Amino acid sequence: MTRPRPAVFIFVLALFGFAFAAAGDGEWLHRVPAKDRVRPNPFATNSDAPAAGAKIFAEHCAECHGEDAQGKTQGKHVRPNLHGERIKQATPGELFWLLTNGSQKNGMPSWSRLPDAQRWQLITFLKSLP
Amino acid sequence: MKPHSRRALTLFGYALACVAMLALVPRIHAQENYFVTYSQELEEPGNLEIAAKSVTGAPKGGNPFAATALEFEYGFKTWWTTELYLDGQTTASESTLFTGFRLENRVRPLLREHWINPVLYFEFEDINTADKALLEVVGHDSRADFLTRNNRSDKQREAELKLILSSNFKSWNASENIIAEKNLSNSPWEFGYAIGASRALALAASAKPCKFCPENFALGAEIYGGLGDRHSFGLPHTSHYIGPVVTWNIPRGPTLRLSPNFGLNQNSNGFLFRFMLSYEIGQFFSKLRSPR
Repeated sequence: MTRPRPAVFIFVLALFGFAFAAAGDGEWLHRVPAKDRVRPNPFATNSDAPAAGAKIFAEHCAECHGEDAQGKTQGKHVRPNLHGERIKQATPGELFWLLTNGSQKNGMPSWSRLPDAQRWQLITFLKSLP
Repeated sequence: MKPHSRRALTLFGYALACVAMLALVPRIHAQENYFVTYSQELEEPGNLEIAAKSVTGAPKGGNPFAATALEFEYGFKTWWTTELYLDGQTTASESTLFTGFRLENRVRPLLREHWINPVLYFEFEDINTADKALLEVVGHDSRADFLTRNNRSDKQREAELKLILSSNFKSWNASENIIAEKNLSNSPWEFGYAIGASRALALAASAKPCKFCPENFALGAEIYGGLGDRHSFGLPHTSHYIGPVVTWNIPRGPTLRLSPNFGLNQNSNGFLFRFMLSYEIGQFFSKLRSPR
């Protein structure tokens, strides 16, 4: 029986190495396109949206950001406090862009798998935080 | 009771015990909405997903079988997920056996969302010809593969590459996988495909906690099959399947997924039934270091 060729594995490892080296996209806030910054939140005045957003937060975000959204330190990773000024000052469009694209270099995954409506509900909840 | 039935029951008992233990652990939900097709979604960094993906069938002229792939999926980075599969199967009137393991990695080279999001996939398989997990169909895989009696002496060490192309658009997910697989013992490259589309039943979440709200369900469909090999590329002598997929993400609970699959030609099994139960443990190693 012919043995597996190590060259195949070395090639694939090198391919992944190049992919890793290309990773990283800098500060998310500066990269939000102008048209995305000004997108309005269709759920901004929806009375149910904060409660629905809180449910989505508990399901998907609390693991990293804490049940109270105060942030967490997990090993060497610091998960930001969502009561902070950055969230308060960010436009809904900027937050929507962040949820859609993530800040992958900093460990924040993309949440594009959540339907648009649920991401907007989550933003309504984040904006309601004291 | 026959010895192989006792072994199957013992294995089932162990599986139930594992599920009961996992039920005590806080968890979140799996990402994909398919059985065979991969989407762009990777495991969140630090999370561990444990899933049992099973398929049952009764091939014409063969013995009914049930195969399970126990999956451990860990998110190293937002752009890198690794998985270990342990495969096993039981075939009526034959035996219950462990059929091998698979180690896979998925890497997302583009970090932002695009119209089409590519993911690179590499897998090494060390399985035997008794494997019936049917995690993909490639080359000239067919119903005849299920008719030979269980034999684990015939090893298959294979490398598999996939190009995963996936899009989220207007709350729909559409994913296409192009598969190339090579048995490392000097066999030709084999090819296959998988295509899926899915959508949550409701787009907005309800304000009240509920287990049966439509936003907890996703409906979809997938089609997959072989495309021959390097010497005979194309559809002749290949098998293909199609089926709807239903996913139920139980809030603060596990994810259940079901899919009846229908063979599309004479080379395919007429009917397969797939089901999956998965748990996702958030920040697994952090919890191990400081359990609270």
